[in-house]
Amino acid sequence: MPRGHRVHPYIPNSVPDVKARMLAEIGVDDIDDLYDDIPETLRFKGKLNIPDGITSEMELLCHLENVLSKNQTCGENVSFLGGGCYLHYVPAICEEITGRAEFLTAYAGEPYEDHGRFQALFEYQSLMGELLETEVVNVPTYDWGQAASTSIRMAGRITGRKTILIADTISPDRLKVIRTYCEPVMEIVQVKHASGTAGLDMDELRSHLNDSVAGLYLENPSYFGTVEENGRTIADALNDNGSIFIVGVDPISLGALKPPSQYGADISCGDIQSLGNHMYFGGALGGFIATRDEEKYVMEYPSRLFGITKTEREGEWGFGDVAYERTSFAVREQGKEFVGTAAALYGISAAVYLSLLGPEGMRELSQNIIQKSQYAMQRLSELQGVTIKFDAFHFKEFVVDFSARGRSVEEINRALFSDGIFGGKDLGDDFEKLNGCALYAVTEMTTRHDIDRLVETLSAVLS
Amino acid sequence: MKTLGLIVNPVAGMGGAVALKGTDGLEILERAEQLGATPKAHARAGQALAGLLTSYDSFELLTFSGDMGESSAIACEVEPQVIGSGSTPRTTPEDTVEAARQMAERGVDLLLFAGGDGTARDICGAIGTFVTTLGIPAGVKIHSAVFASSPAAAGRVAASFLSGAIARVKEAEVMDIDEEEYRRQVLSARLFGYLKIPDARRLLQGPKAGSAVHDRAIQAAIAQGIFERMTDDRLYIVGPGTTLQPLMDLLGLDNSLLGVDIVRAGEQIAKDVSEREILEKIADTACTLVLTPVGGQGFVVGRGNQQISPAVIRKVGKQNIIIAATPEKLTTLRGRPLLIDTGDVETDACLCGYYRVVTGYRDSAVYRVSD
Amino acid sequence: MEIRKGSRLRNFHQAKWDEEVIFELNTPGERGIHIPEVEKEISDVVGDGLSKIPVAMRRAAPPGLPEVGQMRVLKHFLRLSQQNLGADLNIDIGQGTCTIKYNPKINEKIAASQKARAIHPHQDVSTVQGALRVMHEMDLYLREISGMDRFSLQPSSGSHAILTMASIMHKYHESRGQAETRDELITTMFSHPSDAAAAAVKGYKIITIYPDEQGFPDLEALKAAVSERTAGLFITNPEDIGIFNPKIAEFTRVVHEAGGICGYDQANANGILGITRAREADFDLCFFNLHKTFAAPHGCGGPGGGALGATQELADYLPVPLVGLDGDRYFLDYDVPHTIGKVRSFWGPFPVILKSYAWILSMGAEGLKEAAHVAVLNNNYLLKKIREIDGATSPYTGGKHRIEQVRYSWEKLYEETGVDTHDVTLRLADFGFHLWQSHHPFVVPQPFTIEPTESYSKEELDEYLDGLRHVVREARTEPETVKRAPHNSVVHRIDDSTLDDPGKWAVTWRAFLKKHGEAAAKIRD
Repeated sequence: MPRGHRVHPYIPNSVPDVKARMLAEIGVDDIDDLYDDIPETLRFKGKLNIPDGITSEMELLCHLENVLSKNQTCGENVSFLGGGCYLHYVPAICEEITGRAEFLTAYAGEPYEDHGRFQALFEYQSLMGELLETEVVNVPTYDWGQAASTSIRMAGRITGRKTILIADTISPDRLKVIRTYCEPVMEIVQVKHASGTAGLDMDELRSHLNDSVAGLYLENPSYFGTVEENGRTIADALNDNGSIFIVGVDPISLGALKPPSQYGADISCGDIQSLGNHMYFGGALGGFIATRDEEKYVMEYPSRLFGITKTEREGEWGFGDVAYERTSFAVREQGKEFVGTAAALYGISAAVYLSLLGPEGMRELSQNIIQKSQYAMQRLSELQGVTIKFDAFHFKEFVVDFSARGRSVEEINRALFSDGIFGGKDLGDDFEKLNGCALYAVTEMTTRHDIDRLVETLSAVLS
Repeated sequence: MKTLGLIVNPVAGMGGAVALKGTDGLEILERAEQLGATPKAHARAGQALAGLLTSYDSFELLTFSGDMGESSAIACEVEPQVIGSGSTPRTTPEDTVEAARQMAERGVDLLLFAGGDGTARDICGAIGTFVTTLGIPAGVKIHSAVFASSPAAAGRVAASFLSGAIARVKEAEVMDIDEEEYRRQVLSARLFGYLKIPDARRLLQGPKAGSAVHDRAIQAAIAQGIFERMTDDRLYIVGPGTTLQPLMDLLGLDNSLLGVDIVRAGEQIAKDVSEREILEKIADTACTLVLTPVGGQGFVVGRGNQQISPAVIRKVGKQNIIIAATPEKLTTLRGRPLLIDTGDVETDACLCGYYRVVTGYRDSAVYRVSD
Repeated sequence: MEIRKGSRLRNFHQAKWDEEVIFELNTPGERGIHIPEVEKEISDVVGDGLSKIPVAMRRAAPPGLPEVGQMRVLKHFLRLSQQNLGADLNIDIGQGTCTIKYNPKINEKIAASQKARAIHPHQDVSTVQGALRVMHEMDLYLREISGMDRFSLQPSSGSHAILTMASIMHKYHESRGQAETRDELITTMFSHPSDAAAAAVKGYKIITIYPDEQGFPDLEALKAAVSERTAGLFITNPEDIGIFNPKIAEFTRVVHEAGGICGYDQANANGILGITRAREADFDLCFFNLHKTFAAPHGCGGPGGGALGATQELADYLPVPLVGLDGDRYFLDYDVPHTIGKVRSFWGPFPVILKSYAWILSMGAEGLKEAAHVAVLNNNYLLKKIREIDGATSPYTGGKHRIEQVRYSWEKLYEETGVDTHDVTLRLADFGFHLWQSHHPFVVPQPFTIEPTESYSKEELDEYLDGLRHVVREARTEPETVKRAPHNSVVHRIDDSTLDDPGKWAVTWRAFLKKHGEAAAKIRD
């Protein structure tokens, strides 16, 4: 016996009886009548060419598992991919908290019934503040690229100048995002790196400094994993020029590396994906912007900034928006840039992550990553004709130069893949001078065995 | 302990019920009484006080004797400190002025007054923005922006202000209505001056709303935008209103707040000019007229505005009129158009239509102006 | 006031733990999680690693993160979550414009699979055919729903999609040598603030059209606003007050005649799926919010997704890469001749896309239309009932009915009782409800905006109505109860005067200690 029409589990008032009662109460015969204000010429008359609904949960699950089964994961294979998205360990408690319905499905309630969300994000801001040694951190924005873009526009507004200098060692994707966001209002000028260390070429930098320069943006560690040692010198040169120093940083490096604010950065930015968020195909990103607690900086943030304050009860505290009037929520186009839904939940996982790791855990993590990447670099450079491109201290990532062996990165990666290894990203696509080079990433999830296997396989592939 | 000053204009509002507009002048008042009008201000003041007392009662009340405030206080079981008395048998505008002066001298925290535009004008003339005031609407015609929306609302705002819940104040326009004209069904509003009132925006726009401070930031942005587009070859006729004050500040010029100034190439050519002077100056020059709506009704040009006459407007030309207003100002119109009333029907008709109203540094609203 | 017999209202009390800020749980030596030591073979080769960090770049002192044991960290954040009113727990119809509908748990389960989580964007496309299929099919479904020719799933939210539209518009005019002259963007006061603000980021001067007395955006004003300087129009329809603009095709005609581009903000699409589309209204660009209409969860404010569609002509400007299908192979399509480049790293907010995809699959064509129908039914049912509440009004007479939401006003209640919309919102929290006012500025006075969606039963709608009625009664009989609310929530009335004072605001715990050290110390005593 056929089932006939069944009410969808997600639409309770689809029950014909209930619909009829509600229509009667409204005094309307048919739901279609409720659309009377939409002119005929605008009515869509056809049928949407979308398959019939898979209304049973069991079948839906089955179907989607089947679709996703065509993916091969970084668990099933050994991955050395990085470049802005990383396979770091996500603690079970991070998943537990972000899976809680109370957080997962909340949105824009008041700091009363949604006090929990305000406190969680205030704690995120605070924990990041400790990591970055800054007193102001925003509620997360979309990703690092956005954070860098807004930092740059902030520098433009604070200085009243229109040129931004950008190191040519930053992520290509992020540079594209910056261009989309900052042009045509600001002018972008790239500053070359020194070929050996990949550090900023100081002479180049100085040659570009003039009174139209709002600031300089560089990433440290760079996209290539190299660590810039001249931070303080760069900061001084910019400061003398009345320009703002913006540094993009992967926060997971800050257990052992000096945070940018400590070597003169005025604005720090970066991504929180590394802090307790899965890779999700590059889809689980969140950007942060951090500065000193100075009115002229605070007033330029477009994002929400949650502040802690008193309530009318002694000993009780509450939260709210700091300087709300600067936002587009308050004053539309007269606000700073714009603000909206971004990546709050990933901020909450980052808060949980940092709370779990604590200062010791962050240091141990940095150490683990540094040791493993050094081991990998060491062993890879033992391969004939394979070199580590840059002569600098590296964190987590490094550029491997295969060009002396006359094999393209594409070929090498294909061969590695047949052995269940995802090789490093081909840098030739984005960087002319890095043809035959690949960007390799090593995290705390990479085992010695993984690294040794990589080396063995490469050895075989290259011979 | 906070001090509250209360001034009641006993005759305010008597004209309305008997279809007389306003009660300025003894003749009109007597006529109203003949027609059976009874004093309303006393009751309105009582409502406001009662409303205030339900939320806040630790204040001292200063007032004048009898129906200038004492009886309203007593009716609410508040013992007032009577600091003066009005004329007998009928109180006069001079009494209002004297009461206001006395209260200002004693530094009241808030001066509540029950009346209409005329009362507001008297108080404004007496003390300007020396102390914070708030109007309890009791007059027939309310065009000034210094009144609460109702006596109960006045009580609420007063309570919020005295208790500290409202911490900010702002300047609000006091309008001068030509009574004679008004009685002949003709409205001519002129900006008379400003009083300082509590900034109740948070009560109306929610706790995240802007403030008078922020309004000034937007006015500054508007000014910057207009300033940057000014050219040296044109003459700029700058109308009255605080919204245009930052523009004059940017130019480094003195602003005649209530009058019209003429500017060219960053220099003040003339200040607080008359119609004749304007016509002389703009005789053969390209010129731009910069205006902002004043008063609660949104008049961009009101008939009482003697300087910006139909002749001046015809010379300037519609396309050379810049209207500036903050978004908040436009929002308070609730969809009603901005208004024009030059006194000449033809000129008005020409001016009607949609204008780019400057609302920010580079931003504007396209808004309807009507007659 | 006692809850009346027969009322559906609950004797609700929110969890209140007085839970400290995490830093106060600091106990030196406690550990939340261990990080493994590297294998001996590694440390034998490279030593401790840390001593190789250049001195100038070594962190001088450990970060001031708190040291807290694992269970206590868990407890802490669980308690915070209990102090949060997620949609799953309440009748979340009071967050108008946000489209808070049911986020199916099966979608969470699917997204938690390793096959979704543990894939890297730079993997060879042959290894991520499943993920690419999801993205490609989303593109196809959204084309159907909107009538547009191609979708990019790269933007991270609605506002982000607006920025993308502004970038496309700019590049389009630039390609015609008109970027300099066309520097004005027109929008309306009842469109989302980002329709103005995101366009302003690209340097546009914003012209705002106000509503007429009926509540429609003023068409005559639009005609006066367009010129040879017009770059385009970004407009929401139905607007946030719930009224559908029947002249929307006129609007696009006027702007097209002036040479502008029309961008459709379809954040308010929930009531019109399968009923009316961007195509028939002649839009060039249109976007949807995946975390609203398409049932991906809101996450306290993200992650979200802003799926952006374009006509054939403007599809050439979409951000790259798009996802294409060649035979039976999915690929990342960079062949977008005039692409604006990128608005986000990598390909898009994949978990959000996956969950919305799963929702569309569950609903199917009929389900989408039914969702829209019932959302509109629910909204008009509430409209009828709320109008009967003495003190509430639904301003504007435009349209016989509303679509998926309504912006109401408590102005009458305020005039009569002194209780304002913020007070009502806070008192409703005492019954486990949210109620949101409006975007700024408050064009509608004392506003509140309700959007039921299709997810709640009639019983639940009636319960919420009982809540509104109860608070209104209290406003009239015991206004102080409402003005001093909330009473059963997590905290009492917040002193927000510090939040605008640079000398007092504190965005981090360290700033708080610096500025309010004494107060902070006192709190726990």
